[in-house]
Amino acid sequence: MFDAVFRNFSFLMGGLLITFKLAACALAGGIPLGILVGLGRISKNKWIYYPVTYYVNFIRNIPLILVIFWFYFVMPIITGSSIDPFPSAVVSFIVFEATYFGEIFRAGYQSISKDLVNAAFATGLTYSQTVRYITVPIAFRRMMPSLITQSIVTLQDTSLAFVIGLPELVRRASIVDNLEVRSIQLFGFVAITFFIICYTGSKISRYYEEKVRKANIL
Amino acid sequence: MRFAYEFDWSVLWRHPYGIWILKGLLVTIEVGLLAWIIALILGIFIGTLRITTWRWMRFLGTAYVELFRNIPFIVQLFFWFYAGPMLFGEKLAHQINRIPDLNFYVAIIGLGLYTASRVAEHVRAGFASISRDQYQAVLSTGMTQVQMYRYVIIPYALRIIIPPLTTEFLTIFKNSSVAMTIGLAELTFQSYRIDAVTFHGLEATTGAMFIYLFLGLSVVKFMGLIEKKYKIKGMVGR
Repeated sequence: MFDAVFRNFSFLMGGLLITFKLAACALAGGIPLGILVGLGRISKNKWIYYPVTYYVNFIRNIPLILVIFWFYFVMPIITGSSIDPFPSAVVSFIVFEATYFGEIFRAGYQSISKDLVNAAFATGLTYSQTVRYITVPIAFRRMMPSLITQSIVTLQDTSLAFVIGLPELVRRASIVDNLEVRSIQLFGFVAITFFIICYTGSKISRYYEEKVRKANIL
Repeated sequence: MRFAYEFDWSVLWRHPYGIWILKGLLVTIEVGLLAWIIALILGIFIGTLRITTWRWMRFLGTAYVELFRNIPFIVQLFFWFYAGPMLFGEKLAHQINRIPDLNFYVAIIGLGLYTASRVAEHVRAGFASISRDQYQAVLSTGMTQVQMYRYVIIPYALRIIIPPLTTEFLTIFKNSSVAMTIGLAELTFQSYRIDAVTFHGLEATTGAMFIYLFLGLSVVKFMGLIEKKYKIKGMVGR
């Protein structure tokens, strides 16, 4: 049934490894940049607020594929030499996903009520203690489901690096398919692989969602 | 640092590239709109399945949403395009593969099926936001279950979910760019094609970005009009 998959199993798994690597790099850069973007979106300084807001709205309105292409074209101009698709893909994913993470962080921050902060001050906590023990843990707990969901979306998005020839799972499956012509099993296998990973992730996200719901009732 | 790149923005309008971009934009709009029709109809149907009292129907709705949301769209598209015809058997597969513009139809169907799963989630959320009392009030007037959904709940829920549907409508045009991987000559494909001929992909993709931005703004404007027109009286507006 899955004979073509088994014959090329290590080749395909190597692709999956690249998929994971790309997703890990995208998250390692996208989440910290997302925190900065989120802070910029709630900034009262208009020199920070407006540029960040325009950046977010611009990126969120254009297709990811186009962002990937754009960086693929612009990187050689900046560095002056033709480059490997991997770093170019990483940069485009960081720039793209940071806008989505930024909105999650903004929403998380804005979900903290003024009363809660005032109550913390009233108990005698200092500003840094309030941030450390009250606002950050609560905001983080509320953001957890969205953060996990967006991480899964990022993993799915990495498959679009296909277009600049990055040999990740989908690209490798299509390379094998060109030789073996076993489209059903090859793309079926890729679909099942992604499904298992992403479905597990969405279950974890739902578990945290449930936890937040219970915490809010109390 | 060497900066030897000379910009040539005329690739955006010079013959024949300007026409390529316009043609690409036309295909993007066509695919987006046709897929949106499939996504809306199927999404509303599946979203409704997920809240019916029949357990198997609920399971079917949930399975559909989970399946389509947890597989990257590009993989789905490849599956429909390369493996799809083979599912009909060897003989029919050859005939299907001979259909002219097959990738156009596959893109519409694939994008429609994928977006339907996302629309279904919003529809379900819309249903969840309608209070129990309203369901009971409708049933007490003597309407059947089907009538209740057809005349009260669905029209009501659809109005509530116009804002998230706007986001999906924007996303469908953005996602249509993925269809370039099966060779569909839409906007992103054309900007890449300009790069292949002129080596000025940077200008071409930058131009395409602003066209997508403009398309997105038009969608937001259009949906804003619809939202205003179908506003439920007595509800707090945004």
